[in-house]
Amino acid sequence: MMYQAMTSLGIAAASPYRPPTSLQGTGQGTVLVLGAGLAGMTAAYELGKAGYKVRVLEYNDRPGGRTWTLRPGDAFTELGGQRQVCRFDPGMYFNPGPWRIPYHHHGVLDYCRRFGVALEPFIQVNQNAYIYGKDAFGGKPQRMREVQADFHGGIADLLAKVAGQGGLDQLVSREDREILLESLRQFGGLDAQYRYVKGPDSSGHRGYAKDPGGGPDAAPAFSQPVGLSDVLNARLWTGLGMAEFYDYQPAMLQPVGGMDAIAKAFAREIGEGVIHYGAKVTAIAQDDRGVTVSYEDTASPGAVRREKADWCVCTIPLSVLSQIPIQVSAAKQAAIAAVPYMSSSKVGIQFKRRFWEEDDAIYGGVTMTDLPIGMMAYPSHGIGTKKGVMLASYAFFLEAYEFTAMNPDERIRKTIEYGAKVHPQFPDAFESGMAIAWHRVPFAMGCFGWWTDAAREKHYADLCSMDGRIVLAGEHASYLPAWQEGAVLSSLAAIDMVHRRAIEGARS
Amino acid sequence: MKTVIVALSMGIATAVHAQSMDPRFIDQKHAAEITGEQTFTHVCQGCHMADAKGAVGAGHYPALASNPKLATKAYPVVMVMNGRGGMPPFSMLLTDAQVADVVNYIRTHFGNHYADTVTAADVEPFRSTTPNRPRGHRP
Repeated sequence: MMYQAMTSLGIAAASPYRPPTSLQGTGQGTVLVLGAGLAGMTAAYELGKAGYKVRVLEYNDRPGGRTWTLRPGDAFTELGGQRQVCRFDPGMYFNPGPWRIPYHHHGVLDYCRRFGVALEPFIQVNQNAYIYGKDAFGGKPQRMREVQADFHGGIADLLAKVAGQGGLDQLVSREDREILLESLRQFGGLDAQYRYVKGPDSSGHRGYAKDPGGGPDAAPAFSQPVGLSDVLNARLWTGLGMAEFYDYQPAMLQPVGGMDAIAKAFAREIGEGVIHYGAKVTAIAQDDRGVTVSYEDTASPGAVRREKADWCVCTIPLSVLSQIPIQVSAAKQAAIAAVPYMSSSKVGIQFKRRFWEEDDAIYGGVTMTDLPIGMMAYPSHGIGTKKGVMLASYAFFLEAYEFTAMNPDERIRKTIEYGAKVHPQFPDAFESGMAIAWHRVPFAMGCFGWWTDAAREKHYADLCSMDGRIVLAGEHASYLPAWQEGAVLSSLAAIDMVHRRAIEGARS
Repeated sequence: MKTVIVALSMGIATAVHAQSMDPRFIDQKHAAEITGEQTFTHVCQGCHMADAKGAVGAGHYPALASNPKLATKAYPVVMVMNGRGGMPPFSMLLTDAQVADVVNYIRTHFGNHYADTVTAADVEPFRSTTPNRPRGHRP
């Protein structure tokens, strides 16, 4: 039914997502799901609906895994023992993990729809946000709008000149050349002579020195474009491309009130008593009759408990699973050990006023920097209210390793110090922050599975195949690394395998 | 030999004035000068902790302190270069000499007292020719 509706809307053709309608009510037997992140809860929900008796073991004391929102009063102790307590004001929140949903992640979006999770626009692209290069323009942040206009305008001007001098005559027909020139005017903000120069056309793209107004003194003053050589050498164009990628193209979405709304909705739909929290899995064994999982209660470590089931869907991140004895083939064990975890670090800061809106006219969106703090993102929600929580640093790879190597207080201090280079208001407006470095997160021990093409070639099929009574799921078992959609799609594929095997077993 | 620290974030070519040095971050312009100790405090201690005693969560990070596995010098070299399990590879971030330096640092600190040193030439054979850089995922 859902699939028909989606096909008629013309969206399903591009998506590998298929709602698992075939499972309805036909399942028999027991399934043990390891991990109550989005992969685990997708499996638990669908298999439960299909008639299986499901139990979930979860390390944390909450559902969601990396789908996680920090709110006032929440405490978090990272590996190494540093404890942070969230001191935000009531109603403020920070998503240290997933924080935005592409419009083409049909699986996640469909569960939001089915479970009544309210979504709102997530502003990814804001042309009035900044691009900051520490050695560009004397370290003065540049508006993304101006960088993009000058970059496109300079390229269009250059190409128009080449075309005008006959440089393209061997490559395009005369008719096409005329259309090309016309399109370059539109693309680059060129004037009637196909030049990117100060005037109404370029200012129409890059903005004005003085905006058009009303009354007697209303005429705009045009702004001065930056020449192509300076644009190229400043290298700020490296900060432009993000919204060109399929994964970040507008419109993007976020759950109202925090990403954990999705986790809570899944937990609610799965029902009471299914998810066993505070369970640290220590061994996974199987034979031809079933699966036995050993675990410890995190509240009373040492005592080994056991849980048995006919089947097991294991969604434990490979960073952790690679350390747990698991009775699967040598090929699958090799696959589990073959995927290192990427590093990332986020710092969310509550500011006492929304200076980015009040002083800079930035309403949502992302500022790109070449500072150690990486990106900054302005909240898409609460626009026009008094306070806000900004993602003040989102670092990745080398800079994330460095942030991870600091204690949380130092991460926040450094974020304020470097953030002030873009927004001098940082120190005065700072109220409190939370700093999450993903390799220090006890339940994940890394941000996401870092696949290379070579590793996929060698191990991906072995990772995803069903091994006796055990199947793996999670973003690591997908071609959508780190994305929630990868968790959902891998889980739907995994439970399909379990269900087929269960039916075969019942027939034989 | 490969160049040091790969510029993955927005690299700026026009270095007109020296940045004020912040010891908490490795400036790419000075990356060639970093010591084994600096590599440890900027990268390794993120997981293995400042005292090199590791940590325990849903899984664990092994202690490097007083770790008998470090007796064989090739072992830490291979781990740093290629990674294993959740541990990322660092061959694309560090030169052979930097890998040797950090391995030597770890093998002579934190209760480890190994006298045989690792050289860049010892590291080079473990350098894979397969590019292993991260794609631009920032979900």
